[in-house]
Amino acid sequence: MRYEAPTTAKEAVRLMAGKAGMARVLAGGTDLLVQIRTDRIAPDLIVDIKRIAGMRSIMTKSGGFRIGAAVSGAELGEHKALRRAWPGVVEAANLIGSIQIQSRATMGGNLCNASPAADSVPALVAAGATAVIVGPRGRRSLPVEDVAVAPGRTSLKKGEIVEAIVLPKRAPRSGDAYLRFIPRSEMDIAVVGAGVSLTLDRNGVCTAARVALGAVAERVILVPDAAKALIGSTVDQAALERLAAAASAACRPIDDKRGTKKFRIKVAGVLARRAVRTALARAQGK
Amino acid sequence: MNGGRVMGEMMSKVKVSTTINGDPVEYLCDAEETLLDVLRDHLGLTGAKEGCGTGDCGACSVVVDGRVVCSCLVLGAEAEGRKVTTVEGLATGDRLHPLQQKFLEFAALQCGVCTPGFLVAAKALLDRNPDPTETEIRFGLAGNLCRCTGYDKIVRAVQAAAAEMRKG
Amino acid sequence: MPLDATIDPATHKFALVGTRPLRPDGIDKVTGRARFGADASAPGMLVGKILRSPHAHARIRAIDTSKAAKLPGVKAIVTRADFKEGDPGLRDVLHNVMARDKALYDGHAVAAVAATSAAVARKALKLIRVDYEILPHVTDVDEAMKPGAPVLHADMITANVEPAPKKASNIASRCEFGHGDPEIGFKQADLVIARSFKTEATHQGYIEPHACLASVGSDGQGELWVCTQGHYMVRNQCASLLGMDVSKLRVTASEIGGGFGGKTTVFIEPVALALSRKAGRPVKLVMSREEVFRASGPTSSASMDVKIGVTKDGRITAGTAEIRFQGGAFAGSPVEFGAMSAFACYDLEHVKTVGYDVVTNRPKQAAYRAPGAPMVAFAVESVLDELAKKIGMDPIELRLKNAAKEGTRSSYGPKYKRIGLIECLEAARRHPHYKAPLGPNQGRGIAAGFWFNFGGQTCVSLNVNVDGTVALAVGTPDIGGSRASMCLIAAEELGIGYEQVRAIVADTSSLGYNDISEGSRVTFSTGLAVIQAARDATAKLCARAAKTWGIAPDAVVWEKGYAKPASPNAGSFAPLSLADIAKTAGSTGGPIAGHCEVNAEGAGVSFAVHMTDAEVDRETGRVEIKRYTVVQDAGKAIHPSYVEGQYQGGAAQGIGWAINEEYVYGRDGRLQNPGFLDYRIPVASDLPMIDTVIVETPNPGHPYGVRGVGETSIVPPLAAVANAVSAAAGVRLSELPMAPPRVLAAIDAAASRRS
Repeated sequence: MRYEAPTTAKEAVRLMAGKAGMARVLAGGTDLLVQIRTDRIAPDLIVDIKRIAGMRSIMTKSGGFRIGAAVSGAELGEHKALRRAWPGVVEAANLIGSIQIQSRATMGGNLCNASPAADSVPALVAAGATAVIVGPRGRRSLPVEDVAVAPGRTSLKKGEIVEAIVLPKRAPRSGDAYLRFIPRSEMDIAVVGAGVSLTLDRNGVCTAARVALGAVAERVILVPDAAKALIGSTVDQAALERLAAAASAACRPIDDKRGTKKFRIKVAGVLARRAVRTALARAQGK
Repeated sequence: MNGGRVMGEMMSKVKVSTTINGDPVEYLCDAEETLLDVLRDHLGLTGAKEGCGTGDCGACSVVVDGRVVCSCLVLGAEAEGRKVTTVEGLATGDRLHPLQQKFLEFAALQCGVCTPGFLVAAKALLDRNPDPTETEIRFGLAGNLCRCTGYDKIVRAVQAAAAEMRKG
Repeated sequence: MPLDATIDPATHKFALVGTRPLRPDGIDKVTGRARFGADASAPGMLVGKILRSPHAHARIRAIDTSKAAKLPGVKAIVTRADFKEGDPGLRDVLHNVMARDKALYDGHAVAAVAATSAAVARKALKLIRVDYEILPHVTDVDEAMKPGAPVLHADMITANVEPAPKKASNIASRCEFGHGDPEIGFKQADLVIARSFKTEATHQGYIEPHACLASVGSDGQGELWVCTQGHYMVRNQCASLLGMDVSKLRVTASEIGGGFGGKTTVFIEPVALALSRKAGRPVKLVMSREEVFRASGPTSSASMDVKIGVTKDGRITAGTAEIRFQGGAFAGSPVEFGAMSAFACYDLEHVKTVGYDVVTNRPKQAAYRAPGAPMVAFAVESVLDELAKKIGMDPIELRLKNAAKEGTRSSYGPKYKRIGLIECLEAARRHPHYKAPLGPNQGRGIAAGFWFNFGGQTCVSLNVNVDGTVALAVGTPDIGGSRASMCLIAAEELGIGYEQVRAIVADTSSLGYNDISEGSRVTFSTGLAVIQAARDATAKLCARAAKTWGIAPDAVVWEKGYAKPASPNAGSFAPLSLADIAKTAGSTGGPIAGHCEVNAEGAGVSFAVHMTDAEVDRETGRVEIKRYTVVQDAGKAIHPSYVEGQYQGGAAQGIGWAINEEYVYGRDGRLQNPGFLDYRIPVASDLPMIDTVIVETPNPGHPYGVRGVGETSIVPPLAAVANAVSAAAGVRLSELPMAPPRVLAAIDAAASRRS
C-alpha cells in the first residue's frame, strides 16, 4: 500500500485518477481504517486530503457556508456562525461517535462512505446541501442526496473527490434539527435518523420543509410526503401526526442486528415528529 | 530473494518526522501501519493499548495537535510534522498529573488497561472544559470503555482532579 | 483456618485492614509503564496468527499449507497434528484450541502461522487452503435439544439419565438438586406463577484481548508471558498439550486487563508455544477483538422455566426450575451452578431444580463472574417480583419472610453457617433509595442474589529483607487489586507499615502451585495464606529474638511489630523490631521467611441485594438506568475501595447484560456482532453513579471473617433491572436483553391486548 499527502486538489485528483489499482481518499479515516483493518478492502493507494488548504476550511459564501470536505466534526462544532445558522447539521455531525472520533470524522467522509445510517447526511439533505465534486474533468455540484446510491457505493466517477459541502443561505424564521435513535446513549450507529429543516412565515405557517430519513432504506431518503404534511400548516398536532405517518410509510428498512423492520418503521415516525418539534422551536427563535 | 521486490517493499515505507511528548522523533513505517502500531512496536511506548482496533474502545487514545484521537484510526504516516502526546507524557518528571493522582486516590482503576486512554481523554476534556458537570464528563468520556469499574470512581476522580486544577 | 479466637472482626481494631491506601501497582498503571499481555517483546520475535473456520459446522477434509509455507517470512505453521493428545481431562480443551476433523463454530481455530511481520502472517493465512464440507448447524439451545437437530458429537450420550439414551444428541448431561416434594408444596400455595425466560449469550468484555509471548528453546525449555487468571493452570495445560514436563515451562503472569472468568482457560497459548518450538524463535500471539468475540469463551445462553407458589401472606411453599444452558460446542456449561444457586437465597421445604447441559455450534463457553447464577436469578427473582405484586406485598418483605439464615438447609444441599442475607435485605430497606419518589415512566426493581465463593490450593512466600521490609510472593494474578489487600494483611499481621511490604505475583518456577484467580477466592485464600505465612514468620522471628536473649522461644511473643518477652518472668529485654532482627539474621541462623502451602477451606457464601430505577421511553422502548444501589455482604472488607469497585463493576456488567448485550447469530450460524460497536457494553454516559453498601457479617471460616466479593455482584442486576423495566413499561419482560425493539414490541402488544 502507498500513502500520499498532496497539497492541492489537482494533485489529489491526479493520484485518484491514476491507473494503479484501488485508490481511496483518507480524510478522518474513521471508516476507511476500520475497513482496511477488518479486511473488507485492500487499497493500493491512500490519498490523504488533510494537507489541502481548501478542504480544511469553513468559508461563508453568499450568506451560506462552504465547508471543506476534510473539516472535522470537532471543528464544525466550534464554528459559532455555522452552529447558529444550521444547528441541526452541526448536531448531526457531532453525534458521530465519541470525542475521539469527532476529532477526526468529516462530513465528506460520512457522505462518501455511503452508509444508509450516516448521521450527518439526513441533516444535510434536509438542509438542501450540495456537494462540490472535483475530478479529472473539473468541478461539478450535486445535491447531497444524490451522492450515495447504495450501501457503500457513490455516484462519483473514478478520480472524483468531494471537495466541499455547501449549505445555502438561511431564510428567516427557519430551523433545522437532527435526531437519531440508538439503544445506548453514545457510540452506536443510528438505528433510525431523522433530519428536518423548515421555514415559517410571519404568521407561523410553514412555507417550506424538507424531511430526510436515515437507516430506513438503502440510502438516506428525502420524504416529500412528510414535507407536504407540514407545508401550509402551523405544525399543529394533526400535522405532526400526518408527518409521522408519512415518515413511517416511506421506510423500506431491513431487519438487522441493530433493529427490526417493524421497529424502524415505528420509530421513524416518532423521531420525525420529535425532530420537527425541535426545528420548529428553533424557527420560532426559541 | 528477488532484489527488485525487496526494493519495492522498502519504497512503500514512509519516513516520518514528528514530536512525541515534546521530543523530536523520526521513524520509518509501512503505509498501512497505524500510529498505535508505531508507538507500541517501533517506539516502545506501550501505554496506549489496542482494545479493539476499530475506534470503539478508546484504549489507544492519544492527543495529536491538541485533539484526542484513537491512534488505531490514525496512520503512522499522518503524524508527520504534528505534535503527539501519549500517557507517558502526562507526568512531569516524578510529579504526577492531578488526574493520575486522583485516579489512584479514588481507586478509579482496577485492572488498569483502560486507564491510559481515560487519562489522555480526561485531560483533553478538562483542557477544554475546566468545570464540567457530571453529564459532560460522562459524555466526554463515552468513547472510553471500562469493564471493571462501572465508571463511578472514574467520574469522581475526574471531578476531584478538575477541582484541584481549578485551584491552580 | 477459622475465625480467630482472639479477634472478633466486628469489634477488633485493625491497624490497617479496612483502610484505603494507594495500590502498589498504581504508579505503573497511571503512567503507562505497567506491562500487559501484548506489551512484551523479545529479540527475533515472530508474529503469530490463527486461521479460523468461517463456517458454523463443517467437516475438515484437508488442510493444504504448502503455499503458505513457501511465502518468504513464514517460519512455522502448525495444525492439530502438532499437539499431543494425552490427558483425557484436556480432550475438549485441546479440541477447542485447534479443530481436528470438524470445525464446530464460526471462529474455530484450524491452523496457525508464525512470520516475520503481521502483514506476512496475514498473507500466509490467506494462502492456506482448507477443504470444508459444510454441515447443518444449530445455535439455539432449545432447537439443539430437539430430535432431528444437527448433532455435533457422534459420541455424546446424555449422562445422568436412566436409562441412557441409545442415540447421540446435543444434550451432554442432566443434573438435579433439591429436597422435599414440590407437588405437595404447590398444593399448599394460594397463588402459583409459572413463567418461561430466555437469556442470550454475553461476553465478559474485558478490554484487553488475549495475548502472549512464547519462547521455546531447542532444549525444550519454554518461557511464556501471558495475561491470564491462572498461570499455573496455563503451565500445566500447555505442558501437557505440548508433551513437555511441567518443570520445563515457566509461565509469567503479566498484568491482566480484565478477565472476569474469561481468562481461566487456554485458547492461544498452546498455539504460540507450538509455533515457537517449530520456528526456534519467540512468537507473539495476540487475539484481535473480533477473535475475542468469535473464539474465546462467552457465557451460556439459557432457556428456563420457573414455577413458584406462595401463600397469600407471602410464605413460599414450593419452587421448581428447569434450566437449559448451551455452553458452545463442548460440554461444560455452568448449568449445575445455575441449578444449585437458583433458590439459594430462600428457606424452602420443597424445592427442585433440573438442569440440562447442551452443546451448539458456538464457541466453547468460559466462566463469567458467578457462572450460571445471573440467568437463573433473573428468572426466579422476576417470578418473586410478580408474586409480590399480586399478593400486594412489599418485595423486600417477601424476601425477608423467606430468607435463608444460619442453619437453613440450602436448596443445593448443605446447611448454611452464619450468613448475611437478612442483614443485606434490612440494609436495603433502610436505604434512602428504597423510598425515593419515582418520576413518570419510571419503575423500581429489587432482586437478591447469591454466590458460593471458593477456597483452593494456594502458596505464599514471605521473605524478610535485611532492612526489615518484607517481600511477599503470591501466586494468584491480581485481577481486582489483591496486591494491595495482601500487603495490608501482611503488614497487619507483622505490625509494620503498609509501605514496608512489597507484593509481587511470582512466576510458576518461583512458587508452588496456585489455583486460578477465580471463584472470588483470592482475598479469602491468598489472604488466609498470607496470614499463615506471616504467623509462620513471626514465630521464627520470636525464635531468633529468644536466641539473642538466651531464653526459650515460647517465652517470646510478637506484638505490634516487635518481639517481646511474654511476661516479666521471661526477663527484661528491650523489644526487638523486625528490622532489628532482620539486620542480624545472618548470624542468628540465616534468612528468615514464612511460608504457607494450603488447600484453603472455609470460604463463606455471600449474598447481595440490588435496587434500581429505570425509565422507559414508551414510544421507542429505550431504557435508561436512573439510579442503582448495591448492598452486599463482604464478611470483612480488607480494602473497602476495591470491594466497592467489585460491587460497581459487577452491577455494570449485569446492567449491560440486561438491556443491550447479546450474541447475534445469522441464519448461517455466523456471529454478526464481533466488535464493541454492535456488542453494546455500557459506556460512561449510560450509567448513573452506583451507590454501594458494604455489609459485614463475618465468615466463620476465615481469621478476619473475609468473604469473596467479586462475583455475587453480577447475580442480582439482571433481575433487578428486569423488574424495574417491567414496572416502568407496564408489562413483564421475560427475555433478555431488553433492547428497545423487544421492549417496544412488548409495550405495543400489551396496549393492543388492553384495547
